[in-house]
Amino acid sequence: MDRKEYDRLAEELKPGGHRVKNGLNAFLYGGVIGAIAQGLLEFFMNAYHCSEKDAIPMMTITLVFVACLLTGLGLYDNIAKHAGAGTFIPITGFANSMTSSALDSKSEGLIMGIGSNMFKLGGTVITYGIVSASLLGVIRYVFTLFG
Amino acid sequence: MNYVMAFLFSGFICFLAQMIYDNSKLTPGHITSLFVVIGSFLDLFHIYDKLIEIFHAGALVPITSFGHSLMHGAMEATEKYGIFGIASGMFDLTAAGITAAILFGFLVAIIFKPKS
Repeated sequence: MDRKEYDRLAEELKPGGHRVKNGLNAFLYGGVIGAIAQGLLEFFMNAYHCSEKDAIPMMTITLVFVACLLTGLGLYDNIAKHAGAGTFIPITGFANSMTSSALDSKSEGLIMGIGSNMFKLGGTVITYGIVSASLLGVIRYVFTLFG
Repeated sequence: MNYVMAFLFSGFICFLAQMIYDNSKLTPGHITSLFVVIGSFLDLFHIYDKLIEIFHAGALVPITSFGHSLMHGAMEATEKYGIFGIASGMFDLTAAGITAAILFGFLVAIIFKPKS
């Protein structure tokens, strides 16, 4: 087998060959989570007779609770294997990263394990969210002063 | 109809993320960070508010909405507290999600055993 043929074979066997399937799975799983969230949103709006804005935290808390529980039961990772970005982009992925970091470092103790490792994966989202929102916020604030 | 819109938009964002993931060397950590920054940027011209009006939960569930909520809370607070509002209002809208994730994450870590 010469070099060219080897490269061709390697290209075929690369996991990237399933890109279409991965994309479709991410779309389906992510979409289903979005639809479930819509169901929760409408349920809480009816149950508490409140606006959509007031129902958002209730919906978020419920989704986060379910995601943490599924992570603890070891089921979230099984779904994530198929869903890819479909499970790490929704807010449930944030809950999953916090819970799995805490769970994995449990053996190191309550403080040095769970306490200090909880934000190991999820912390980046908070850090860059705050940094970008602060910078853009200052820019917009200055514009409103002079605009 | 709202369900269809929520399904389509949430699915579309996840599809975009999956495309980036499969065609680059970025990890989920990189991609979620990138999407949060995009979300806060889209609040600049109230674009994300329009998306929420159209797609409802579909725009609220992806991590982009986290960036939007941070920015939105900060800007709302500047109306009352000036420049200090950016820091004091930052978590106004995202407090529920972060508190729930820390609390339930902690409880699950205490109760369950890690799966290897």
